[in-house]
Amino acid sequence: MTMLQGFQIALHALRLNPLRSILTMLGIVIGVASIVTVFAIGSGAQLRLQEQIRSIGANVLMINPGAVYQGGVRLKDGSKLTMTESDVQAILEQIPEIQAAAGSIAGTAQVIHESKNWNTTINGTTTGHFMVRDWQLATGRYFSGSEEAGAGKVVILGSTVAHELFAPGEDPIGAQIRIMKVPLEVVGILDRKGPAQDDVAFVPLTTAKLRFLGSASNINRDSVAYIIAKVAADGQMAGARTEIENLLRQRHRIPAGQEDDFKVQDPAAAMEAQQGAIRTVALLLVAIASVSLLVGGISIMNVMIVSVTERTREIGIRRALGGRMRDIRLQFLCEALVLCLLGGAIGVGAGVTLSMTVARMAGWITSIDGQAIGLALAFSIATGLIFGFYPAHKASKLSPIEALKTE
Amino acid sequence: MTAPQPLISLQSVSRTYRADGVAVTAVRNVSFDIERGEIVAVMGPSGSGKSTLMNMIGLLDLPSEGALYLEGADVADLSEDHRSSLRARSIGFVFQSYNLLARHNAIENVALPLVYCGISRKERLARAEQSLESVGMVHRAHHFPRQLSGGEQQRVAIARALIASPLIVLADEPTGALDSRTGAEILALFAALNRTGQTIVMITHDPGIATQCRRTIRLHDGALVADETLAPIPPERSAAP
Repeated sequence: MTMLQGFQIALHALRLNPLRSILTMLGIVIGVASIVTVFAIGSGAQLRLQEQIRSIGANVLMINPGAVYQGGVRLKDGSKLTMTESDVQAILEQIPEIQAAAGSIAGTAQVIHESKNWNTTINGTTTGHFMVRDWQLATGRYFSGSEEAGAGKVVILGSTVAHELFAPGEDPIGAQIRIMKVPLEVVGILDRKGPAQDDVAFVPLTTAKLRFLGSASNINRDSVAYIIAKVAADGQMAGARTEIENLLRQRHRIPAGQEDDFKVQDPAAAMEAQQGAIRTVALLLVAIASVSLLVGGISIMNVMIVSVTERTREIGIRRALGGRMRDIRLQFLCEALVLCLLGGAIGVGAGVTLSMTVARMAGWITSIDGQAIGLALAFSIATGLIFGFYPAHKASKLSPIEALKTE
Repeated sequence: MTAPQPLISLQSVSRTYRADGVAVTAVRNVSFDIERGEIVAVMGPSGSGKSTLMNMIGLLDLPSEGALYLEGADVADLSEDHRSSLRARSIGFVFQSYNLLARHNAIENVALPLVYCGISRKERLARAEQSLESVGMVHRAHHFPRQLSGGEQQRVAIARALIASPLIVLADEPTGALDSRTGAEILALFAALNRTGQTIVMITHDPGIATQCRRTIRLHDGALVADETLAPIPPERSAAP
């Protein structure tokens, strides 16, 4: 008897008792569906984080303002802009590991082009910002030196903003847009970096200070909201960080024992840690889902044992008519396998549907990959083999003479 | 050229079972040969070892002592798998209770032994149809056993026994569950098969049936007590009007 014949016999037997077959499969269906769903949600969350990590750029340190004391009162982080453009200059010049650095100030504003307008982040910075983040242009150019020095009326758009303000096929380069009544010329459009990153408009730092964001009372002429800096190599991150800390403490004249008025962070490392946490939680959930697969396997074993007992006479007849022990074993193993495979296939379908529903309803990113589906199916085949073997073996060991005597 | 071997040869065959620590001898020291083309009745009261003898001839069981030869080969030397294959190809079983698979229709039941001979479904069904035709049941090919009468079920079972062109058909009280008229029809079918050269061994406890077989083996308490062969029928008699 061949495998194919085994499957034919199995399908025939299972069709005779559809309700029982479906109930038997249910455990596997639920187990596989939950594994697929958990995988989809887990890898969706990881994808999102990976995108954020990529968008920051590799080997990037971020320096934010820290807590400051004003007359003995400790103000919250960032309530005062403690860093200045000359800090940026100093970091660039005095720390050899730093390849590029840029200070930024940011705010939100309405950008207008002809009849279209869009609310977005306005980031005042220098060309160094794009170097730090490895952010290439899709078209156009970065800011020129004279534009950066002289508060040039130019703007570089993120791809989302360009998409919102310009019709498809329209060339934005050279077009005039307005931000807070100031007309600016579009000189560049950036590459896509991810939905959260592309919704931004960059202007030279000087332009932002003089024309849009400079009026706030806590900004002195020289200050910046945050600094990003690129370290040359992976292994130099820790060293560069310490050097920046020392340099800034010295420049900000912070006495020993007093808290820094800035914070140096490694955002990619923080996110990677977060990613590790997500992975752990996802693995835990998969482990829980696997338990239901186990329960499904036990239910298949139970039904198969009952089925072997019920069909003892059939087994006797098949043995008398020339079925070998291995043919009987194959027949019952095929039944268990078909139950698990069908259950697995239905489970994959249910899992894909469920995770797509979750994605739509809760707005989570889910990602269904072939690997997870393959893994779930492999699990269900393994379940069929493991839990189907004992009943099948039992069936094959029956004495044909005794089996023919049973009613 | 060697002398032709008997189809089946039993030499001092005994079969002892051990039940709850007590040895029970179901068949003791039985010897006889079955030649090709014979039709043999095995008679004896219940418990006389007929079924045990039948199980051994049908390769479902092995002698505890002595030897059973099928076409000159000692069946004790064959592996379990080999004996199973021989059951599929060389032995046709007919049971008192028909033993058709209730969830399969007549033609699938008839084709079943061929599944274990590695024959394709298409050929299996074609041969099953021929076999059903030979027992006059082709019009019931797609009926399920429960839709058939006892006699019809037994005909389907005979078609199943014949499908692989076996060396020997073993029938265990084939008319035991049938009324006398249907039983006579089944016996006539066996007689007709025997005329085509089919070797048949039939268990029965009905002396009337036994007299229709050319040879009768009588068992009592597991021992062979008589092996009688009728004189050959003179050819004039069968040709007479």
